[in-house]
Amino acid sequence: MSRIDARFAALKAEGRAALVTFITAGDPDPATSLKVLQGLPGAGADVIEIGMPFTDPMADGPAIQAAGLRALQGGQTMKKTLTLIRTFRRGDKTTPIVLMGYYNPIYVYGVEKFLKDARAAGVDGLIVVDLPPEEDDELCLPALAAGINFIRLATPTTDEKRAAAVFRNTSGFVYYVSVLGVTGSKVPDLKSVAANVRRLKGHTDLPIAVGFGVKSAEQARAIARVADGVVVGSALVTALAESLTKQGKATAKTPGMVHRVVADIARGVRSVKA
Amino acid sequence: MSDSLPNSYRTGPNERGLFGIYGGRFVAETLMPLILELEQAYRAAKADPAFQAEMDGFLEHYVGRPSPLYYAERLTQHLGGARIYLKREDLNHTGAHKINNVMGQILLARRMGKTRIIAETGAGQHGVATATACARFGLKCVVYMGEVDIERQKPNVFRMKLLGAEVVPAKSGSRTLKDALNEALRDWVSNVEDTFYCIGTVAGPAPYPEMVRDFQCIIGNETRRQMLKQEGRLPDSLVAAIGGGSNAIGLFHPFLDDKGVEIYGVEAAGLGLKTKTKHAASITGGKPGVLHGNRTYLLMDDDGQIIEGHSISAGLDYPGIGPEHAWLNDIGRVNYVSATDREALKAFELLCRLEGIIPALEPSHALAHAMKIAPKKPKDHLMVVNLSGRGDKDIFTVADILGVKL
Repeated sequence: MSRIDARFAALKAEGRAALVTFITAGDPDPATSLKVLQGLPGAGADVIEIGMPFTDPMADGPAIQAAGLRALQGGQTMKKTLTLIRTFRRGDKTTPIVLMGYYNPIYVYGVEKFLKDARAAGVDGLIVVDLPPEEDDELCLPALAAGINFIRLATPTTDEKRAAAVFRNTSGFVYYVSVLGVTGSKVPDLKSVAANVRRLKGHTDLPIAVGFGVKSAEQARAIARVADGVVVGSALVTALAESLTKQGKATAKTPGMVHRVVADIARGVRSVKA
Repeated sequence: MSDSLPNSYRTGPNERGLFGIYGGRFVAETLMPLILELEQAYRAAKADPAFQAEMDGFLEHYVGRPSPLYYAERLTQHLGGARIYLKREDLNHTGAHKINNVMGQILLARRMGKTRIIAETGAGQHGVATATACARFGLKCVVYMGEVDIERQKPNVFRMKLLGAEVVPAKSGSRTLKDALNEALRDWVSNVEDTFYCIGTVAGPAPYPEMVRDFQCIIGNETRRQMLKQEGRLPDSLVAAIGGGSNAIGLFHPFLDDKGVEIYGVEAAGLGLKTKTKHAASITGGKPGVLHGNRTYLLMDDDGQIIEGHSISAGLDYPGIGPEHAWLNDIGRVNYVSATDREALKAFELLCRLEGIIPALEPSHALAHAMKIAPKKPKDHLMVVNLSGRGDKDIFTVADILGVKL
C-alpha cells in the first residue's frame, strides 16, 4: 500500500475528503519553497502536489505559469526539486507527495534515473499532464513497475469511450479536472462536477479528487460533499505571489500567507462529514 | 537509430503517429478526444474525391496554383555550376506556401462543422493565410502571436486585422512563437466544442505533422511534373529552408523514394551554432525532447527547459522541428545543414540583383546553401530551391541591418 492509498483509506475511515494542495517547487527560491512545503501538513494539507517547473506549461493558467517562471529564474532544476522532497521527507514520513508537471524535463533527466531518484527522495506519485494513456509506455508503465503511483487526469471530455483507457494503468487517485480550460481559469459548475464524479465512479474504485478553479473554503466544502478530495493550486500560488516584493523576492510573511489560505480551505473541507 | 532502412520513406507515420521514435500524441487528456476526432475526419476527407476536388478548385482559382518552376539563368551563370530552378511559392496568394496548408485545414474545419478557427503565428505569414481563408468562408478567426513578434511584425498584424481576424498577444514566457502555440493550445482546451486549431507547420500532436505535410506535398508533386516537362528528368538535388519544416517536407516528400535525388534541409544558424543560444537549428544544434504534442529535436538546456531560438528570420526561430524531419535526419535520407543570418542576407541581396526577385528571409537560407554547393556541381546538375515566400514583409528588417532608415 502506497502512502497515497494509506492516506485516502484513513480519511475514508474518518469520513471526510482529502485536501490536496499544489505548490511549485522552488517558487520563488529553494529555501522559501522548503518552508512553505514543511508547513503544509500542519496547515491542513492531506496530500501534497509539487509542480516541476517547465518553460512551456501548456495546460496551466497565468498564476501557475508565473510560479514556474519565478522558480526557474531562482535557479530551480529537477535535481533541486528532488532535493526539496528528500529534505521534507526527513521530517514527514507519512504525507503523500505527488510530483506534477510536463514530460520533457523528466525525459531529458532520463526516465529510469528519474524514477529511481524520485522514489529514493520519497515521491509517491506522478501526474504528467502531456502523457495521455496513448503514451503509457513512456513513463506510466515504468513508474508503476518502480512502485510509484501514476495519477491520471480525467476531464469533462473523458466520455464513456475514453474512460476505460484513462483508468487502465492508473493508481493512487484520479484527478478530475472540473472545467474545460487551464488551471485557475474558471469556477467549476458544482452540478456538473457532482454528475461527472458519479459517472466516473462507475468506472473506477480509486478515490476521485476534483481540481482546476477551486479558490474558496465555500467551494471546497461544496466539492468535498461530492468527491473524495479537493485540489487547490492556483489560489495558493496566487497567495504566495501576493506576498512577494516588487522584484519577486520572498518576504518573512511568504510561508504564512500560503499556510493561512490552506488552513481556511481545510476548514471548508473538514466541515463535511460523511 | 532505426533497425533497418525501410522500403519506402513515404509510409509514415504509424498508427501511433510515430516516425521512428518521433511524433506521437503528447497532449493533455482534454485534447485527446479532439485530436482523435480530427484524425478520423481527416482520414475520411482524404478518401473523399469531393474533398480533393473542392481543394483543387480553390488551389487553382484562389491560391493561383500551379506555381511556376522558374529556371534562374543569371543565378546559375553567377554560381557557375548546377542549373538552379526556383519553385515560386512566393507567387501564391498571401505570398508564401502557408496558404496551401491553410486551405486544406479550413475546408476540413468546414466539413467538421467547426465555426471558430484559432491559429498561432510567428512572423505573421501563417496568421495572414489563416485570416485570409477565414474571411473567404466567413469563419471567426483568432490568431495568437507573441507580444514581441507583434511589435516586430506590425504590417502583418495590420493585415490580419484588415481581414477581420482578432490578434491576441501571447504575454507568457518569452512572448514569441512557442508561447503563441502554448496560448493556442490553452484556447483549444477551453473551447473544445466549436473550435478548430489550424496549426501552421508540420509539428504538434498526430495527425498534424502528417496532415500538414499532405497539404504541402502539392509543392513537390508540381515540381516533379514541371521538371519532367522542362528537363525531361527528375532533379538531382532539392534545397529548402526549415523552421518547423512545412515548405521543406512539402517539396521533399514526393521525392523521398527517388534514391538519386540529394535532399538538403537548411536550418537557421543565426549568429552561429557556436553561440549555443543564438541560433534556431534544432537538429544540428539541439537534441530530442517532447514539446507541443510531439517528440522531436528541440533547443533546450541540460534540464529540459526550452530555449528561445534566434534567427534574422522570424519564421525560422521556432525551437523545434517537425518530427518527420527528425526521423529523416536519423535515418540519413535528408542532409540537415545550416546557414547563418549573414549568409542568408547575402543570398537575399544576390537574388534581388540577379533575378529581380525579392525573397523572404526564410528561403534566403535555402539560397545561401545552394550558393555554397551549386558551384561544385556539374553543369548538368538540376537543383531545385524552394522559394517559399516573398520578401516584402522583411524589407524593414533588412533595411535596419543595412543601416537604411525607411
